[in-house]
Amino acid sequence: MSKMTLQTEGDTHVIVTRRFTAPPEAVYRAHTEPQLIQKWLLGPEGWTMPVCINEAKAGGKFRYEWTNGKGGGFHITGEYLELKPYDRIVHVERMHLPDPTPDNHIETLFEADGAGTLMTMRMTLPDAKMRAAMLATGMEHGMEASYVRLEGML
Amino acid sequence: MQNLDASFSALADPTRRAILARLATGEATVNELAEPFEMTQPAISQHLKVLEDAGLIVRRVEGTKRPRRLAKAGIEAMDQWLAMLRKALETNYDRLDEVLAGMEKHNQGETR
Repeated sequence: MSKMTLQTEGDTHVIVTRRFTAPPEAVYRAHTEPQLIQKWLLGPEGWTMPVCINEAKAGGKFRYEWTNGKGGGFHITGEYLELKPYDRIVHVERMHLPDPTPDNHIETLFEADGAGTLMTMRMTLPDAKMRAAMLATGMEHGMEASYVRLEGML
Repeated sequence: MQNLDASFSALADPTRRAILARLATGEATVNELAEPFEMTQPAISQHLKVLEDAGLIVRRVEGTKRPRRLAKAGIEAMDQWLAMLRKALETNYDRLDEVLAGMEKHNQGETR
């Protein structure tokens, strides 16, 4: 069973949806409270987020830093444009690798779905080329571990 | 099957993965491909050769230009990457499910 969808839309969007059994309030909080974010927004096994600064208010900034404990790491910074607890978050973010990637504009909706939540994340990149680069970069992160596993399977 | 090793070592480089991602949006010339990377054209050409030898991209002759596009294997590789990205995100959200379950228990504990 797959609860998540990831697809591209038009030339510049990426849409991710995911259903949760918890209500919107809990899912929203898990996206805005550092001590909760640090427990799950981690990527592949072995990665941790030692720095999680998050000013969850309109105009507030955030900074997330990840490390794999072996000298590898990167961070993202971003600004909140709009927050409507527990329905909607609009923010921009960029990865620093260490040069910043183009701004990714992200609207996240948390809608009640029975007793649970349907989360919809709509990312907008400046153009098709940047979206492709973002997907390629995002893949880096999941890639390392998967790549090794795949090689073992062949 | 002898192409498989070449495909995987071709995919092991982030620049080459980004080139494939760019070509997923359509055919492009060497100059267009070099543009986002701050790399010299020979450096990009070297990456293109590796991708071509691995069967991930093909070239077309158009006057003096040699535009590249994804080969079938390249398209399949892109699909595989998207599947990997999906998997990384799914891993995060599976963890979030556990966090949310923990929050619920915590709340119940507080109200008792």
